[in-house]
Amino acid sequence: MANAEQGSLDQSDLDPKRRRFLTTAVGVVGAVGVVGLAVPMLKSFAPSARARAAGAPVEVDISKLEPGQMLIVEWRGKPVWLVNRTPEALASLATVEEAGLLADPLSEMPQQPAYAGGVERAIKPNLVVLLGVCTHLGCAPTYRPEVGPPDLGDDWFGGFFCPCHGSKFDFSGRVYAGVPAPINLEVPPYKYLTETQLVIGEDQESS
Amino acid sequence: MADQKNGLMTWIDDRFPLSETYKYHMSEYWAPKNFNFWYYFGVLSFVMLILQLVTGIFLTMNYKPDGASAFTSVEYIMRDVDYGWLIRYMHSTGASFFFIVVYLHMFRGLMYGSYQKPRELIWVFGCLIYVALMAEAFMGYLLPWGQMSYWGAQVILSLFNTIPWIGPALTEWVRGDFIVSDITLNRFFAFHVIAVPLILVALVFLHIVALHHVGSNNPDGVEIKKNKNAEGIPLDGIPFHPYYTVKDTFGTGVFFIVFFAVVFFAPEMGGYFLEHANFIPADPLKTPEHIAPVWYFTPFYAMLRATPSMFGSAFPGVMVMGAAIVVLFFLPWIDRGKVRSIRYRSNAFKYNLFALVVAFIVLGYYGMQAPTDLGTFLSRLFTFVYFGYFVVLWVISKDEKTKPVPERVTH
Repeated sequence: MANAEQGSLDQSDLDPKRRRFLTTAVGVVGAVGVVGLAVPMLKSFAPSARARAAGAPVEVDISKLEPGQMLIVEWRGKPVWLVNRTPEALASLATVEEAGLLADPLSEMPQQPAYAGGVERAIKPNLVVLLGVCTHLGCAPTYRPEVGPPDLGDDWFGGFFCPCHGSKFDFSGRVYAGVPAPINLEVPPYKYLTETQLVIGEDQESS
Repeated sequence: MADQKNGLMTWIDDRFPLSETYKYHMSEYWAPKNFNFWYYFGVLSFVMLILQLVTGIFLTMNYKPDGASAFTSVEYIMRDVDYGWLIRYMHSTGASFFFIVVYLHMFRGLMYGSYQKPRELIWVFGCLIYVALMAEAFMGYLLPWGQMSYWGAQVILSLFNTIPWIGPALTEWVRGDFIVSDITLNRFFAFHVIAVPLILVALVFLHIVALHHVGSNNPDGVEIKKNKNAEGIPLDGIPFHPYYTVKDTFGTGVFFIVFFAVVFFAPEMGGYFLEHANFIPADPLKTPEHIAPVWYFTPFYAMLRATPSMFGSAFPGVMVMGAAIVVLFFLPWIDRGKVRSIRYRSNAFKYNLFALVVAFIVLGYYGMQAPTDLGTFLSRLFTFVYFGYFVVLWVISKDEKTKPVPERVTH
């Protein structure tokens, strides 16, 4: 207590090792606290249990879907198209491919489950299931099955057209080259329960 | 009485630096005496911030951040709340006017080299304010829950989707759902009314602290602190209060005449301030014919659209758009010039700045239009002009032929 007047400013009895230990220990404990608080905060941003439940698979009955017709169902708040393609529509898939209009005719980008590959991009060739969300910026393209309409020109063999930025897709949702959308429309996971019953949002067993 | 007041001031000053702060920031803040018209836009930005905060508080009293009732609660404010239409239109028109004055304020900085040494941090804080303001405006635009609110947010949030690897998970995390939904609306509300305003106010505080530490630039780009009288007061400086408080009050009055003319007679500004599609409630299954952001984002949106997709990804467009904003932060180091003001800089500098303004306006125009071949071509061309400004500035400012800068400010 002799040099109490100098108080804490006196550096002579400072123990640097002890101070370094205390500084480090406080820093580590503080960091653990920050991480411990940040994890629940950030996790609370993820889709809640209710949102996940609302995103559950959807059952669809396609028994009344005539050739050429499109059915739109909502899955996870997004439109899912089910199109019963006519033989002419299926034939046009080869036409657009031979005319070299497509950016990814073989569907090499992983925009579909493995069981929905090929030209048809479907489990059963006539029925295509697509997510109706443009791969450019998330608009909803329109179904334009007619061939060569005045607004789309003679190069149009039918398919889907996005009015927002002019992206074009064929009947399999394959994107045309030189349009804003970079990749084919997404095929959501789906499976057949029976001949006329589908489930959107669940994968077909791979067997 | 005077003694009593003195006594009170002394009592406060002993406990809080009131007089000192008032002197430092107002009565003895020496501002250059040659401020011109362009120097209104700093204080007008501040006025708009206050107006947005106040009208925003009053709007939250009647607004419901709920997907089922948000749209109707805004219509309720417009129709049933006494003067609700005025408060809402002041806020929505205020957003556009905020950007008008901020863009003019930034242009002032470019013209007079206000970002140059030693004011780099003022500029950087300003850029941060600009970014925070864009986030604030974007999230605020979702709240009325109209078609354009919804699909605008959908398009902008899908930008995150294009980020390699983490994109889709990140987007889902930001949205809190598999689509833009009630959950997204609720969290954007929280950001719009609490988080971002706090950040904005803090940044504005830092912007002004930095400004008052180094002192204001002026249209001549002359450092007034170089010429001081015996008392250490800059010869070309005048106290901020009363000289500039009076000038700014006048300017604010004129500004409000214009502002309220728009609020009263053209609050939607023909679809530029409030887009027509936003008077239809949000519908996740139906995209509007033509999605365009509000005018203050369209220059960057045009760059996004003009960039072609590469390697099956729209990410390059997002990068270009992001780079257009990031490059602003580096302006103080891109400009290697020693002369600040456009008055004494080379013709090359003037043409370059003019090209930037033209590029910004052309991009802003085409960002609003539906895509055409000509629009895409011009957007690409002027995207190059926009970035070209910074490249050209870096090159010409190395050994720029400038005019002699006067010792003292001129008028």
